[in-house]
Amino acid sequence: MSKKPEKKEVETTGHSWDGIEEYNNPLPRWWLWTFYACIVWAVLYTIAYPAWPLLNGATPGILGFSTRQNVAEEIASVEEANAAINDRLASAELTQISADADLQSYANNAGAAVFRTWCAQCHGSGAAGATGYPNLLDDDWLWGGSIEEIHTTISHGIRNETDPDARYSQMPSFGTDELLSKAEIRQVVNYVMSLSTEPNDPAVVEDGAVVFADNCASCHADDGTGDRTQGAPNLTDAIWLYGGDYDTLITSVSEARFGVMPNWNERLSDAEIAAVATYVHGLGGGE
Amino acid sequence: MNQADQQEDQLYAAREPIFPRRVSGKFRNLKWVIMAITLGIYYITPWIRWDRGPNLPDQAVLVDLANRRFFFFFIEIWPHEFYFIAGLLIMAGLGLFLFTSALGRVWCGYTCPQTVWTDLFILVERWVEGDRNARLRLHRQKKMDLRKARLRATKWALWFLIGLATGGAWVFYFTDAPTLLNDLLHFRAHPVAYTTMGVLTLTTFVFGGFMREQICIYACPWPRIQAAMMDEDTITVGYREWRGEPRGKHRKAEGAENLGDCIDCMACVNVCPVGIDIRNGQQLECITCALCIDACDDIMAKVGKPRGLIDYIALSDEKLEREGNAPRPIMKHIFRPRVLLYTALWSLVGVGLIIALLSRQDIDMTVAPVRNPTFVTLSDGSIRNTYDVRLRNKHGEDRGFVVTVAPSDVFELKLEGYDENVTDVPADSTKLQRVYIVAAPDTDAAQAERTEMTITVTDPVAEEQVSKDTVFNGRDN
Repeated sequence: MSKKPEKKEVETTGHSWDGIEEYNNPLPRWWLWTFYACIVWAVLYTIAYPAWPLLNGATPGILGFSTRQNVAEEIASVEEANAAINDRLASAELTQISADADLQSYANNAGAAVFRTWCAQCHGSGAAGATGYPNLLDDDWLWGGSIEEIHTTISHGIRNETDPDARYSQMPSFGTDELLSKAEIRQVVNYVMSLSTEPNDPAVVEDGAVVFADNCASCHADDGTGDRTQGAPNLTDAIWLYGGDYDTLITSVSEARFGVMPNWNERLSDAEIAAVATYVHGLGGGE
Repeated sequence: MNQADQQEDQLYAAREPIFPRRVSGKFRNLKWVIMAITLGIYYITPWIRWDRGPNLPDQAVLVDLANRRFFFFFIEIWPHEFYFIAGLLIMAGLGLFLFTSALGRVWCGYTCPQTVWTDLFILVERWVEGDRNARLRLHRQKKMDLRKARLRATKWALWFLIGLATGGAWVFYFTDAPTLLNDLLHFRAHPVAYTTMGVLTLTTFVFGGFMREQICIYACPWPRIQAAMMDEDTITVGYREWRGEPRGKHRKAEGAENLGDCIDCMACVNVCPVGIDIRNGQQLECITCALCIDACDDIMAKVGKPRGLIDYIALSDEKLEREGNAPRPIMKHIFRPRVLLYTALWSLVGVGLIIALLSRQDIDMTVAPVRNPTFVTLSDGSIRNTYDVRLRNKHGEDRGFVVTVAPSDVFELKLEGYDENVTDVPADSTKLQRVYIVAAPDTDAAQAERTEMTITVTDPVAEEQVSKDTVFNGRDN
């Protein structure tokens, strides 16, 4: 037989739109087998991988696949890959980190991650601080802005009770403890505002200078430039941690301030502290 | 056969094998030429060398995924210039519209890889197993004797080699071709190269050897779209039914004088690679490969009738031709507003891309003001803003870029990590440079909410300059 058997007429679906009818052509058989194969694949997949939801989680699957475990493995592998450079960072001389481009780049990136995890809550994600929490971008430092001093501050913290090496100082509450009268506090506040050329009452500034010399100069220095060994702020510059307006300064002198920062040497590794110190030092105000 | 089998037979059908007969003619020749050109471009391109200097690859066409660069002869595309690729894709899309509205599925018939490779596979099949009748006999021979086994094995081996070459050529576009070939032969290339080759070898083998027209009919969305893109002036392959019908074989029989030109020789059906009868009219399966035109012209010449019973025709000419008039010239069909509009859009995008390409500089810069915080007060009361400046050096050598700010009497500029206002940007790379700009306490810029300013980068060696306008946020923010 050389002639092909006559193809029988293809059925239509019976639908007709404006006289246009739709053929009901048969699907190719390979398509059918592909479809069956997909079903088999789907069933095997639910056996092999976590799938069916039960009361206490899903069926685990016989391959033991777990995304959580994948993450743990990935973290472990990253930590292993970084182990060498972390060792190098932990043992490096802090001032020499910037001389090593690789180490510097790693420390900056790792430090940024540490900062966003542990420091951003108080100092802000952009390190601009907030009232009572120092801005780390500017060139004013309470306890020193060299990388070693920043490292010490981060390691031991400030005025906390957990680390005996924490930086510590306490300003007297001149008002609440009645060390100064209200008039004297007004005078000294006007004097302090005159130091940074903020609007003040010139009539009382001179009296304020006397009060300052007697009560404040021991920590804030005779000229008001402060003392970093005691964390006493420079009162002559344009930066105020709690605010430089009259009412805020009255409160600061009367009630004193006692800002606390936790020590991080128990929570962060040596390498992490070195990294975050490098990062903070490199934010634009490091000395 | 029981009831269930009968039911299944209606819903699912096995593919009916197609054995296209060999044909010769002008469209077949055109297809050979296009096949040679397209396959030639595909296989040879990765081996063309192009000298770009010491730090850059010398492969003319290279998609360098690792370094995120695309090289095309004298053009180098960086990731931020991906709009060139987007532009090319838009041109490809508009080009497809253009060609479809003018010439129907001409892409499918001549240049689609599925068509080209299938054509090549059928050519190999014909070399090994013979033409249509020989292949049909081989197909109907149920017993797998030595001859059939040998022919099948030879054919499949050749197909496999073509597939391997196809997959092999693909990976050469992504890395230096001679190096990769050497690595491949010594089994030390990256596993991704072998996997990609394996997948492409397999798909070429299966799609070209076994799936063939089924890819066009079941997998490809284009046949569905084309129906919406064509109109009655579109030139497409069709059968002049008014001339051919009623068809009939027996020319000398009684009543033969009423017969049309079609002698029902089935030549058009036998050469069809998708297994349809073009005389049934426009069909979804038809890829307009024009082989039926060649086949029919050949027969018409033999029986002494004019050519063109099956031909490239426009549907709008049917009425004219039925009335015995000549069809309108092909050019009149092609040059109609719709086609001209597509051509204009296509050219517009092309011209835009060329202008963009020629006006590119070898240095580039983006400036992103750091907005967290918007400004920093320094101890002397001056205001500092920070900017993340990305500098691109597209030269093949390291360059020192000079960064300046205007107005320079108001703002002071400092580059992080440098004492001078010159930053080193390594060859052929992007560098993120942090830039500090300070306004003195008593200046307007320090007091105001925002002040317009400009950061400029100069490459003193190439004497190129790029400026970006940005703003300075003052105390009043």
